[in-house]
Amino acid sequence: MSEKHNIIPVWFFVGVLFLVYGVLILGSGIAEWSHPPNTVLADLHAPVWWGALLIVLGVVYCGAFRPRQ
Amino acid sequence: MTAILGMLETGRLVRLSAVDLAIVIFYFALVLGIGFYLKGFAKTGEDFFLAGREMTAWVAGLAFVSANLGSLELLGWAGNAYQYGILAAHWYWIGAIPAMVFLGLVMMPFYYISKTHSVPGYLQLRYGSAASGLSAVTFAIMTILMSGVNMYAMAVVMKVVLGWDINFSMWVSSLTVGVYVAAGGLFSAIFNEVLQFFLIWFGALLIPILGLYETGGWKGMVERIQQNFPGQDFTHMWGPMHSFSSNPMGIHWTGIVFGLAAVQSMGYWTTDFLVVQRVLSAKDIRSAKMAPIIGSFFKMAVPLIVILPGLLGLAVLPMHLVPNSPHLPPGQHSYDEVLPLMLVRYCGPGLLGLGVTALVAGFMAGMAGNVSAFATVWTYDIYRPFLKKNAPDQHYVSMGRWCTIIGLFISIGTAYLAMRSESLMDYVQALFGFFIAPLFGTVLLGMLWKRVTKAGGFWGLLAGTLTSITLFLLMKASPHWVAIFALSPEAKGLAQAMYQSLWSCTTCVVVTILVTLVTKPRPDEELRGLVYSLTDVAKEKHASLLHKPVFWGITAMALLVILQIIFW
Repeated sequence: MSEKHNIIPVWFFVGVLFLVYGVLILGSGIAEWSHPPNTVLADLHAPVWWGALLIVLGVVYCGAFRPRQ
Repeated sequence: MTAILGMLETGRLVRLSAVDLAIVIFYFALVLGIGFYLKGFAKTGEDFFLAGREMTAWVAGLAFVSANLGSLELLGWAGNAYQYGILAAHWYWIGAIPAMVFLGLVMMPFYYISKTHSVPGYLQLRYGSAASGLSAVTFAIMTILMSGVNMYAMAVVMKVVLGWDINFSMWVSSLTVGVYVAAGGLFSAIFNEVLQFFLIWFGALLIPILGLYETGGWKGMVERIQQNFPGQDFTHMWGPMHSFSSNPMGIHWTGIVFGLAAVQSMGYWTTDFLVVQRVLSAKDIRSAKMAPIIGSFFKMAVPLIVILPGLLGLAVLPMHLVPNSPHLPPGQHSYDEVLPLMLVRYCGPGLLGLGVTALVAGFMAGMAGNVSAFATVWTYDIYRPFLKKNAPDQHYVSMGRWCTIIGLFISIGTAYLAMRSESLMDYVQALFGFFIAPLFGTVLLGMLWKRVTKAGGFWGLLAGTLTSITLFLLMKASPHWVAIFALSPEAKGLAQAMYQSLWSCTTCVVVTILVTLVTKPRPDEELRGLVYSLTDVAKEKHASLLHKPVFWGITAMALLVILQIIFW
């Protein structure tokens, strides 16, 4: 993104955000698997597949835009 | 369902779990960390105020859209979708896409080639100090008021969803914004806007996915809305606008086409410096032209996470929401609370934290956009030309940092004013109408017609702004004036704002032309790079089709037409 300043690309920070949130949300989804929260459509276990999606995106972004010397 | 109703009765929708809090806290830590990291790169005026002019088209384009995707936007338009139905999507499609494409293809070259720091800066070059000063002062006022509205919107979410004290929410979030924007300037603001863009999508996208699953798709949703609100059409965009009384907004199609699409949206997307500043950070002219066009595709998709949740609220929420009011009885919720209500409906621990963080991020990015634009306009368009000329660059960077903090405190004050407003969006639309609509007339005439004089620009802008304020006050004072200026007594707040914009811009153009015809034009030499007929914009003859901004501009417009036909 930056030619003059050599700043870490913003996409890397996006990847970090996805990765951390993915781990937290997936972990939460697995932990509540047998006792789903009292929300509509809780039986779909949205946190599990949404968290997994975030982890995949996080890994891709962090890998593709990791800071280089 | 009973659990949700039970939670409503306690005055808060939900209590955050440990994982939700971890998600919120990590976001605050990350943006502060990024702010301090970027502080080392924001050394010169161009770095601090224009992010070094080195952003790619994608980053500038996402920041361009994201600066307009604050919590006010999310809550207000989801609320408007609940109140007015899919008519609210006009503000995302015909009320945004043509203007973004126009900015990229027609206006951006003049902003970019003139190397101006801001929109008032362009007016300074084209019309001189009077028009520029007027524009800078009105913009500074508008920005600070907008910032306060944004802050209030976020605090309401925190109150409704979490039961947090409004004052606590406003102060903690705004001080965080102040620290990271004062540290990294526009670098920080843009980085945060890009983060926020992804957060909002991934925090809110589950609502339409799960909502449509629950209702059995679009058709099932429409059937449920018709059962809940018999006789009202919430799901067609153009059909119900043949008369003022045939749609919930009380607007005629002329208001949407001439007021919204031709004037208000053009004014906002092409002359509101808050969004234009993001594009000015682009690394070259091609990126500057592509950024708003890239943004237009994302803008077209935003109704999926803003308008659709409002419509789903009409279909699935067990209670009927009511107009916004500071004194709602216990258990009742206003239109602007539809998005948090839908969030709580579908999202448990973890996902709820993500959704809440998305709203907080929306607020913080919106506020960062406002204060960074305010700091730039104050420093370059008010302080430097009128108060302290020819100071060293470092002095202006320092002024920008102080301005960020001071602007923030003024915003906090205006947030308390916003609490008194009957409807958040009506309030903001009124502000747009005051300043943005006439400014569009002034800038556009200045770019396209070299004959326009300094006096013409100034008096046209002043007359348009005064017309706008006068019409607003008259229509608030008596329905009699609504019938005259908004063409029907049925016209509601948003519809009135559209006609207010139309008349103020028309006044600006007429006065500008009349004054121009009786005053002396500037010589051509002074207008090179500022006016269409005297500017050489590099043609992209050798670029492939996929690299031409005009190709993507036409594609965006074609998609827009298809969407209008689908939801006619």
